[in-house]
Amino acid sequence: MTKPLVAEFSDADSLIGAAVRLKREGHQLLDAFTPFHLPELDGVLAVKPSRIRLSMLLGGLAMAAFAYFLQWYSSVIDYPLNVGGRPLNSWPVFLLVPFEVGMLAAALSGFAAFLWICRLPRLHHPVFDTTDFARATQDRFFLLAAQTAEADRDASLRDALRQAGALAVREQGS
Amino acid sequence: MSVIASAPANPAHPWIAADHASYGQVTAVIADPVLLRPAGWRWWVALAASSVFVFATVVAICVLFTEGIGVWGVNSTVVWGYAIASYVWWIAIGSGGTLISAMLLITRQRWRASVNRFAETMTIFAVSISGLFPILHLGRPQYFYWLAPYPNTMLLWPQWRSALVWDFWAIVSYLLFSILFFYIGLLPDLATMRDRATSVPGQVIYGALALGWRGSAHHWRCYETFQITLAALAVPLVVSVHSIVGLDFAASLMPGWQETIFPPYFVVGALFSGFASVAILTALVRWGLRLEAVITIHHFNAMAKILLLASIVMTCSYATEWFMAWYAAAAADRSLLAFLFTGSYAPLYWMQLSFNCLLPQALWFPRVRRSVPCVVLIAIGINIGMWLERILIIWNTLSHGYAVSLWRLFYPTLWDWTLLFGPVGLFVFFFLCFVRLVPAVPMNELRKLCREEHVA
Repeated sequence: MTKPLVAEFSDADSLIGAAVRLKREGHQLLDAFTPFHLPELDGVLAVKPSRIRLSMLLGGLAMAAFAYFLQWYSSVIDYPLNVGGRPLNSWPVFLLVPFEVGMLAAALSGFAAFLWICRLPRLHHPVFDTTDFARATQDRFFLLAAQTAEADRDASLRDALRQAGALAVREQGS
Repeated sequence: MSVIASAPANPAHPWIAADHASYGQVTAVIADPVLLRPAGWRWWVALAASSVFVFATVVAICVLFTEGIGVWGVNSTVVWGYAIASYVWWIAIGSGGTLISAMLLITRQRWRASVNRFAETMTIFAVSISGLFPILHLGRPQYFYWLAPYPNTMLLWPQWRSALVWDFWAIVSYLLFSILFFYIGLLPDLATMRDRATSVPGQVIYGALALGWRGSAHHWRCYETFQITLAALAVPLVVSVHSIVGLDFAASLMPGWQETIFPPYFVVGALFSGFASVAILTALVRWGLRLEAVITIHHFNAMAKILLLASIVMTCSYATEWFMAWYAAAAADRSLLAFLFTGSYAPLYWMQLSFNCLLPQALWFPRVRRSVPCVVLIAIGINIGMWLERILIIWNTLSHGYAVSLWRLFYPTLWDWTLLFGPVGLFVFFFLCFVRLVPAVPMNELRKLCREEHVA
């Protein structure tokens, strides 16, 4: 199996230009590794919107419902206590705790969804073995493109990357 | 010396004070003080000084736990004292940090990049410290866990209608939420630290905490979605947390406390003192880590404008309180109002008004807003004024309640003062450790800012 190619760029605009060009020429782009978020890449690389918000909503609502149920059960069913004639189910003040813990649960379920969707934590990944890749979190921009088995097509991919301003084009892991 | 020479502020790129700053240079400016540069004698002196305060805090807590709350100046009339005022003060500073960071993220304020990390850090430390005070002021602190609903042999449940239980859930939820928000903001920077670290322990620890982050475009998209959604949740969460703090007072029946304005009034107070604290920390971090290139005079200008606005809203809130006390025509309320301005604590009240309402009006002048010492001095004044506000809310109402025969004053003791100033040193201690372990400014956001400001 052929390894994908990793092209290194010194600035964001060259990377975006290269990605647009490669896509137009019909090459398969796999991913890009950049020191900060480049929203322009989302369209080129067909990055799909994630379902993180849905899981946050569901997690938050579930926890809030549970917290309300706990308050209702403990003060109406299990331990009814008349405090100054207030209703046992004092719903206005019983909304405070569900709101707080619901927000926390939404954040935690969002974190779980984030890790799940990104397949993290994954402390090692083959791309880390590529020369110079440590700079992907600092000042260099990397584009990952798939090679095919056809030699002509791979040569044209390498040429296109170089012409687009890549400082180096390497196979992943070398 | 910083790699980027700090140039005079340039109107074309107000948030970066350098004509050219490559991604590598801005990364080095933030990461090198942590990874390469030794701490320096100033840091050690500050750490030693703050350790004295930490020790004093520990001693004060030990004395309190062995002797009971009688060591404080509280009495049977003024049953709350410094502990509750400090609780409100600290949680307000904490709330301010999140509000700043989250609100500026949602409103896409680019300059947030330079200040949000230590605003969030400030939140975590301040909320942790504030969480101590409700426990300290319990008569039997060893039973604080009774606030949590857990299956117990006493077959008891928490009293859900009690403000103390609301506080417990608000603080716990808020603290954990803030830690997560902080960690998510830090994740890409931890990866940068992993890749720059030269020592094996550094690589292992930063590497493990970075969870294998590699800056993939797919990850960045998820990351941005998650971070902005967290920020959108953080704003209502902070408002609710500080409203609950306001409800601790407003849900009572005391004159001067039982007011519907209290929750929003407390939230504005939190924004006010929180921003003042961030301004002080910004000046300290800028000086201590030599970050003049990425924290410019424009940052102080922007913060000063928000301080000015908050001060005006604060003044309106005070005026509303006075008006309502007069307009409602309840004898106890009117008597309390007279006591505020002319009673035993009146000099402190006048001091509070001058620090919170009058002093910040100097920020109308651009020259004052653009002077770091002026902004810092005003911010210190605001923090003193806001602490006075909290202690006076407690003292005035409790000293001047419905029953005239119960009117008494509060006289602070040595242990009151120790637990007032000790935690300030504790905060400084935590913060000094933070600047040596974690990049104080989010490097990934700064690189983005460099691209947007066309200096990279």
